[in-house]
Amino acid sequence: QVEQVKLLDRFSTSNKSLTGTLYLTATHLLFIDSSQRETWILHHHIAAVEKLPLTTSGCPLVIQCKNFRIVHFVVPRERDCHDIYNSLLQLSRTAKYEELYAFSYNPKQNESEQVKGWQLIDLAEEYRRMGVPNDYWQLSDANRDYKICETYPRELYVPRTASKPIIVGSSKFRSKGRFPVLSYYHKNKEAAICRCSQPLSGFSARCLEDEHMLQAISKANPSNRYMYVMDTRPKLNAMANRAAGKGYENEDNYSNIRFQFVGIENIHVMRSSLQKLLEVSGTRGLSVNDFLSGLENSGWLRHIKAVLDAAVFLAKAIAVESASVLVHCSDGWDRTSQVCSLGALLLDSYYRTIKGFMVLIEKDWISFGHKFSDRCCQLDGDPKEISPVFTQFLESVWNLTEQFPQAFEYNEAFLLQIHEHVHSCQFGNFLGNCQKEREELKLKEKTYSLWPFLLAEQKKYQNPLYNPDFSPDLTLLEPNTVSFNFKFWRNMYHQFDRSMHPRQSLLNLIMNTSEQNKQLEEDIKELEAKIKQRNGQSDVVLEKEQEQTAHPAPMALKSPPCFQKEPPPMPVNDAVRTIEGSNTADNRYSELVSEFSKAEPAVVSLEYGVARMTC
Amino acid sequence: MEFAELIKTPRADNVVLHRPFHLAVEGTLCLTGHHLIFSSRRHDNAEELWLLHSNIDSIDKRFVGSLGTIVIKCKDLRIIQLDIPGMEECLNIASSIEALSTLDSVTLMYPFFYRPMFEVLEDGWSSFLLEQEFELLSSVTNEWRLSCVNKEFSVCPSYPPVVIVPKSIDDDALRKVALFRHGGRFPVLSYYHKKNGMAMLRSSQPLTGTNGRRCKEDEKLVNATLRTGRRGFVIDTRTLTVAQQARAKGGGFEQEVHYPQWRRIHKYIERFNILQESFIKLVEACNDQSHNMDRWLSKLEASNWLTHIKELLTAACLAAQCIDREGASVLVHGSEGTDSTLQVTSLAQIILDPRCRTIRGFEALIVREWLQAGHPFQQRCAQSAYSNSKQKWEAPVFLLFLECVWQIHRQFPCSFEFNEQFLIMLFEHAYASQFGTFLGNNENERAKLKLPQKTMSLWSWVNRPEELSRFQNPLYEANSLVIWPSVAPQSLQLWEGVFLRWNRPSRFLEEAEEERINIIKYNKELQARVNALRRRLAELEAEDEEVQEE
Repeated sequence: QVEQVKLLDRFSTSNKSLTGTLYLTATHLLFIDSSQRETWILHHHIAAVEKLPLTTSGCPLVIQCKNFRIVHFVVPRERDCHDIYNSLLQLSRTAKYEELYAFSYNPKQNESEQVKGWQLIDLAEEYRRMGVPNDYWQLSDANRDYKICETYPRELYVPRTASKPIIVGSSKFRSKGRFPVLSYYHKNKEAAICRCSQPLSGFSARCLEDEHMLQAISKANPSNRYMYVMDTRPKLNAMANRAAGKGYENEDNYSNIRFQFVGIENIHVMRSSLQKLLEVSGTRGLSVNDFLSGLENSGWLRHIKAVLDAAVFLAKAIAVESASVLVHCSDGWDRTSQVCSLGALLLDSYYRTIKGFMVLIEKDWISFGHKFSDRCCQLDGDPKEISPVFTQFLESVWNLTEQFPQAFEYNEAFLLQIHEHVHSCQFGNFLGNCQKEREELKLKEKTYSLWPFLLAEQKKYQNPLYNPDFSPDLTLLEPNTVSFNFKFWRNMYHQFDRSMHPRQSLLNLIMNTSEQNKQLEEDIKELEAKIKQRNGQSDVVLEKEQEQTAHPAPMALKSPPCFQKEPPPMPVNDAVRTIEGSNTADNRYSELVSEFSKAEPAVVSLEYGVARMTC
Repeated sequence: MEFAELIKTPRADNVVLHRPFHLAVEGTLCLTGHHLIFSSRRHDNAEELWLLHSNIDSIDKRFVGSLGTIVIKCKDLRIIQLDIPGMEECLNIASSIEALSTLDSVTLMYPFFYRPMFEVLEDGWSSFLLEQEFELLSSVTNEWRLSCVNKEFSVCPSYPPVVIVPKSIDDDALRKVALFRHGGRFPVLSYYHKKNGMAMLRSSQPLTGTNGRRCKEDEKLVNATLRTGRRGFVIDTRTLTVAQQARAKGGGFEQEVHYPQWRRIHKYIERFNILQESFIKLVEACNDQSHNMDRWLSKLEASNWLTHIKELLTAACLAAQCIDREGASVLVHGSEGTDSTLQVTSLAQIILDPRCRTIRGFEALIVREWLQAGHPFQQRCAQSAYSNSKQKWEAPVFLLFLECVWQIHRQFPCSFEFNEQFLIMLFEHAYASQFGTFLGNNENERAKLKLPQKTMSLWSWVNRPEELSRFQNPLYEANSLVIWPSVAPQSLQLWEGVFLRWNRPSRFLEEAEEERINIIKYNKELQARVNALRRRLAELEAEDEEVQEE
């Protein structure tokens, strides 16, 4: 515990600050300012801690978080600062899985609730929903003991005609043994999305079993015997891989395939792209042109567009040409996961529901071995393995929700919350790099699943504009991917920089109103019942007529108390509406005046820029 | 002049109309004196397109064999293409459109011919008089007076006949001050901040020249707005260098020695051809669907449009901050005081004054701070982003202002009574309209053109309940606070409603907006019903009690 610590405004150039006390707990860093506002930061969220050179007011400490929060403390005594720095370094770097928060987190669920929570998402059920097994596809037990591929799940769906020797042979010809398997089956088109890793083709190697495997996939599609093979890498990268004995499919060796590169960059490019983006967006006193050129130089939106373009290509191949598509990159767990999951999201409206989105993540990301632990740096490991691949997936989805505001059951808060927990290590879902590792860690016994908690408070994540009839079952969502449609996701990268947000949130307002509508409907029923009791039948007829003009409102569940420690940014109360931004200090132009105005305290007349007004 | 002389081919059949994101339609094209009319021939689903000639910014023609193609680019940024069979017809139509869309004389413009099809409930020409404004002001302070010194437009040709000035300054002094200010635009009241009694004045630059000329009356006038012992701020919308250079041409700025109670802040705001070029570049960038991400972002950057937005918002916030936070009076001017000055004063009022965020208040603001204040609409809005004429007086000054309002609107979506459509509608009418409101460059010209007698006011139409309902923001709840927008680049956005309006399918966004409105409406319905039921129940309970008492 250190007192008299200052929390600086990240973007202010006039060094405005809050003074308070800093506490370190076993799991969180806590700052309580003089007006008792709490800032909680989970140790696992800390990406980097930096001690800046001593200043007259104390020792500055900058903490960067994986959820893009950046906090800037000034600790009066250097010794304290040093101690905090060292403790945070230790606390934020975990060496063993068992030390992660998820293993100590206790949400007061009993054992059967815990088990039920883990059973909430059932992938076998999901494959049945898609329509497999069927005449063409079957469940293979080849990987039941993780013997063929350690990073795949136990249950895999393959074409019926793909015998075990073909599977084994194909897996030996594929990087990390990740042979072609079913990711999504499109009932109506009878076409499939399959995924794998790159072939070990080198400059000329062939593998008959692998060729058979692809043929089996194309034969499993009665509507179109041509299939696409999408290599999601840039052509140059794929070619370079040949020198290392890897590479891509030679169209001459495989019958009936159309080979296509789509040019999504690798994890290292993405990592440095995000780094550049954050450097730009974190600049104080940023000009519009520096922002735009920084955005351009980072390449971030170009990458998002590339990912979404690839997904659109995939989805169209299935929906328009009824062709099956095999997707791979190098190892088939980063770009492949992005493209397969986004493609399925465009094809199947189920994935645009809250539950369906959970299923999609469980299937294409968790079960197929996206290396969450490495990519999100859950354990102290190789920094070169870190990459924002999953963040890009969420951002692509966000872009779709912007273009199709009524197509998604979930809202932005849902995406942000998932992103939060991918890094929080509070729940077991995203721990480890593959299913085998998760089983070894006994996560289902020792930790809790995130999904039931999100479902329990799904009211917070519902899109009030959602229209389930927006796109019937299997109609394709066709986003416009012209460059101007892609926007900087402020609410992701500046989620905690409140001064940058709109001061009145349209989403919150509509969500509250929608919620209130349900309450009012209840009230009306209750009142009508009371009146009926008192007054017999006559009046009620009139009320019934009115009811028919009423607009149907979506269903929602009651939410239990939230489990996140921070309160939502906007209070959910319609009597008192909070309007922020009544403090010029929140904004960037305030500096201009402050240089000649010394009587600064008089400027801040309202408490933290939040004026309460009774409507 | 007869329009018929200009129309060699009044009608062409089998014309095909192409619009982005619409199927091509075949139909008949008709030209009238003021409109281009296209109607599809399909009987089941007749479709008509009416386009004002004055809305046409540029026209291109090309031929493939005898099939001519005309590409029409409009001031509202829409682009349509017409395929016209027959070379002669096509040439005739193109030249007619060219002639009709570039009429020299104002009196030939459509507003002079337009006959409204609606009943006029309220004459918009007299809806917003400065006298009414002054009446409101008089109820809170008696430090100001209404001056008719400019009754004949003789003191300042670009000012309205009446202005509000400090009570202690008489008309003779005003005449002297007018001689000391560029174009006679002496400091007048723009806004009075009731909360602390501070005033915002606007004017043009003082004519100090190289020898530092001064005008005691001018000093007296601006000092009359200060509280004893308090400072004021002069916000000069030019850089210090530009202001200094202006002295060589007889202009200048308020020097500290003569205005010791005033602090000068130079906050540069871009003007004229730079703005027009920026506008043209932005529209070009938005219209090219083939740009890859890097190219799009670099084009967006190169247009500098969002930089201008940020600078303008910053200046307006600065003015508002001086008034509200520093408790100081403010004088805003640039050179002429007809462009950047008005942008700053009007935006500052949006931030400070809840009334300006209502529909009527906003209309009043536009009348007061733009039309009466002498923003030369006719010059500035003569052409839009597609024109090749590149006259130096053309500039999207008003559009930039509207976009800044939109940016604030986006940050405070519940604090405005009007919606985005209202702003877009104003943009359209400023460039091409059936109404006379935006014709002429100042009140003097409007009086000479007899616009109030000869044309219909935009406000007469907009303020009819059936029109108004389209422009109302269902989320509006009066917010009496000062609203400070964020000007961080991350908080600013391209105004898609204007710049991408014709470049992408918008159906889903519109439907979502409708749904939002439905949710709000339904809420109001439900609340009304709950209240009615509660009353009914209370009545029944009261009756029961009575029965029991009896």
